[in-house]
Amino acid sequence: MKTLLAFTIVFVFPWVLFAADDSNQPQKIADVETIINKANVMAYYQGTDGKAKVTMTITDKKGLTRNREFIILRKDDKDGGDQKYYVYFQRPADVRGMVFMVHKYVALEKDDDRWLYLPGLDLVKRIAASDKRTSFVGSDFLYEDVSGRSLAEDAHELIETTDEYYVIKNVPKKPDTVEFAYYNVSIGRQTFLPMKMEFYDKNNKLYRTIESKKVEMLEAKQGEEIVKYPTVVQSVVSDLTTGGKTEMEFSDIKYNTDLKDDLFTERYLRRPPREAIR
Amino acid sequence: MRKTQRLITFILLFVVFSLPLKAQEESDNDFDLLLSNLDVHGFYEIRSGYRIRKDKYEKDMSIMEQRFQVEMSSYLDWADFKVKGDVYGDLVEEQADFDLREAFIFTRPFSFMDIKIGRQILTWGTGDLIFINDLFPKDWQSFFIGRDTEYLKAPSDALKVSLFSDLANLDVVYTPRFDHDRFISGERISYWNSNLGRIAGRDAVVHTNKPDRWFRDYEIAARLYKNINNYEYALYAYRGYWKSPGGQDPTGTQAIFPDLNVYGASVRGNVAKGIGNLEFGYYESDEDQSGHTGRINNSELRFLAGYSQEIGKNFTGGIQYYVEHMLDYGQYKDSMPSGLDRDRDRHLVTFRLTKLLMNQNLRCSLFTYFSPSDKDVYMRPNVNYKATDNLALEAGANIFFGDYPGTFFGQFRNNTNIYTAVRYSF
Repeated sequence: MKTLLAFTIVFVFPWVLFAADDSNQPQKIADVETIINKANVMAYYQGTDGKAKVTMTITDKKGLTRNREFIILRKDDKDGGDQKYYVYFQRPADVRGMVFMVHKYVALEKDDDRWLYLPGLDLVKRIAASDKRTSFVGSDFLYEDVSGRSLAEDAHELIETTDEYYVIKNVPKKPDTVEFAYYNVSIGRQTFLPMKMEFYDKNNKLYRTIESKKVEMLEAKQGEEIVKYPTVVQSVVSDLTTGGKTEMEFSDIKYNTDLKDDLFTERYLRRPPREAIR
Repeated sequence: MRKTQRLITFILLFVVFSLPLKAQEESDNDFDLLLSNLDVHGFYEIRSGYRIRKDKYEKDMSIMEQRFQVEMSSYLDWADFKVKGDVYGDLVEEQADFDLREAFIFTRPFSFMDIKIGRQILTWGTGDLIFINDLFPKDWQSFFIGRDTEYLKAPSDALKVSLFSDLANLDVVYTPRFDHDRFISGERISYWNSNLGRIAGRDAVVHTNKPDRWFRDYEIAARLYKNINNYEYALYAYRGYWKSPGGQDPTGTQAIFPDLNVYGASVRGNVAKGIGNLEFGYYESDEDQSGHTGRINNSELRFLAGYSQEIGKNFTGGIQYYVEHMLDYGQYKDSMPSGLDRDRDRHLVTFRLTKLLMNQNLRCSLFTYFSPSDKDVYMRPNVNYKATDNLALEAGANIFFGDYPGTFFGQFRNNTNIYTAVRYSF
């Protein structure tokens, strides 16, 4: 009897799994590493490079709004690897022409390199950047929300698989470096895009959410073929403690435009490339 | 002097606008294109400030001005164009004026070359409000009376050519006619007058004899730089003049701008949890190589070490140590009446603290210069609140302390002032 059971487990179960895999249904069971790696690539590494115009609407608890508009360029070393970001501000008027550039490193021990260019002074500043969990341009988004949190920072656990989502619980390995106790991410089973992130504090209370409100399938060239990349084009972060929220919308999104490496150097900080500003 | 400045302004405006016009001849569409690509921005500002110590040589108002800045930029296939100018009226000087800040053409003729020609703001080097190898003109007067930090940089009328390669990058800036600092002249800020042996101001405005011949009294500045693993290395060279008066003519009636050559180097990059920088410069006072003449600045070595780091959420701190070392001190000391000579080394330490609050809409900052050798201090507290995306409110102060009336910051003791400003940007 025992032998039969062992036989069943060893031979029949995998067969069932493989059979499921072959069908057009989303993967029934996937291991957590595969899911988070794939979700990370889908959310932050789509294509080898990307460009988008971003509009942010920051609403405080009193309902007063502020707007930010910028163009963001991104180039990846490789999927899941180091990245370069170039952000050219268009609004508000007092920061127009300002450029923020980041060389982002995945290795935990290495801080990102950040530069700021102030056009009024023609000044290229280096910014000390150890804390990635501070607000990005005064919004409810944090630096880490915009450029991605290194997967190695957290322990990941698949806590639920629904028809639509994989729900992953992420617990920081160094809890004293962050303000949350853990966060759950609901990852779409079809697209592998993170659709909802819920941050919990030490008292297990939900205090912050990020939701993907709108996803579009965007055409892009990948080598010779035309592919479609699922892309979040609208997302909202809500701070349940302060009552503030920030909506972020992406437009004019382009992938694989062959951005050159030297675009992310001092030359283009001082004088933006045309593709960055128009 | 104002007349010639205006003349240059008009020439530059003419150049900026006529080049696209010339392009228009080649293609009828270009002018329309230029107009349709036109982008207009700017701000309107009211700024007022008062001295908080009595200064018998200056007015009580330190600043009382309205300012309207307009920035126009456009582009064609082959170039970018920008004109930025300020119209302002000021009750301290009791006049209205126009300050053309930028009027340039920028082009990338080759993949390895950038060219910027016209009136432009130029900055390089690693210091935070300390400049060694940045010998582009500064406006110390604006800095001390509480205008926006942007006005510390005065424009240059120059040609900047930048060459890029994998080996290294090179910037060369040619200024056909010497652009001096907007230095402390006594008109708005009282200062130590060594001839009179006392503090002076509007009663003894500095008269200068400037090198001002086109193409003969030129300046040339170069920077050779390379980024290796995001450590930024640079070598600098400059040939020109002391940017603020660096001596007196033999009769002692006019301040002069003696010849100056500067050679330097810098490095900047990640150090521990922050950013560190080192910069060095050798100031060769070319008209007084051996230091015999007390009336002309000595040659100097200048050295800077700095470090900045995030010290809390939305809170950064920075510290710098800077020293100026006179190279022919013995000669200098012999030529000066005793008691009026300065120390051989001027040591300076700076501290910067910046805290952002209220969703980064409120910025509180304090920048402090402190010289243990001169025993003087200059503090720049500033609070800036963005009430809306367009409207900013600001308050700040320029505070000077000093044990002696003749030291760099000590001489400005009576110019200690507070100011407020409202700015609407569009």
